[in-house]
Amino acid sequence: MNMQDIPTEGPELDKLNEWFEKKFEEEMKKKEAAHTPSMAIIATRGTLDWAYPPFILGSTGAALGWDVKIFFTFYGLLLLQKEMNLKVSPLGNPAMPMKMPMGPEWLQKINMPMPNAIPSLIPGFETTATALMKKTFKNKGVATIEELRELSIEADVEFVACQMTVDVFGFEHSDFIEDVSYAGAASFLPVAQKADITLFT
Amino acid sequence: MTVSLNNLVSTEVDATGLSCPLPVLKTRKAMKELASGEMLRVCSTDHGSVKDIESFCIQTGNDLVSTKEDAGIYEFLIRKS
Repeated sequence: MNMQDIPTEGPELDKLNEWFEKKFEEEMKKKEAAHTPSMAIIATRGTLDWAYPPFILGSTGAALGWDVKIFFTFYGLLLLQKEMNLKVSPLGNPAMPMKMPMGPEWLQKINMPMPNAIPSLIPGFETTATALMKKTFKNKGVATIEELRELSIEADVEFVACQMTVDVFGFEHSDFIEDVSYAGAASFLPVAQKADITLFT
Repeated sequence: MTVSLNNLVSTEVDATGLSCPLPVLKTRKAMKELASGEMLRVCSTDHGSVKDIESFCIQTGNDLVSTKEDAGIYEFLIRKS
């Protein structure tokens, strides 16, 4: 069909439009099906509780067949250490709704919000809070951070560490696991621009 | 029907007692090892896994053949596409 043969009015045009819309929708569906979703996550926190979101979402995204990259910056770098020693602090987490993970059943049912400011001054309180949270997670069948990190690597989640904060905090590349590359903001932004999902955790 | 479906199961994943996202991650790992047409049985106790396994199957294009619950244990049969 030449350009001048394309109908500009009447039922012929309606038919052409109808065909075009159908074809367009088909092609868009094909394109969508062929598209691999992608997710870019920024991990900025280094406490036991906040270590979970990036690894849970990252590993699950990869399990769904998506391309996932996690950028670790500031305290998030702690999540890349060979030996992680993550802690949870009740300070700044008022009303952390923890229950006793051990002892008699009646005790385990009582809600005891982790006290905030005052006990934080007691030496060893953070260690206790960390131990209680780890025990609770274990009881509930929640994976450890080490496990989730391992599963993420196994599922091809890419880890990128922010070189600037590595330098600022005096880390060496040898402090971190091997499955990490190093880059900066200019590497993250183009990835985020093309990603279907970008999360800041 | 149940008997014939069970005969087709080539691998099983026991995710009972495990929380999100482990049932899905373990399912993915097991699916990777299957050949097209082979069937996987997943058992879990995590209530959220009912929606999650369904979503996993839709996202990865695999066929969720059946879901059932018995005494708090969920059982999924998934056929690899």
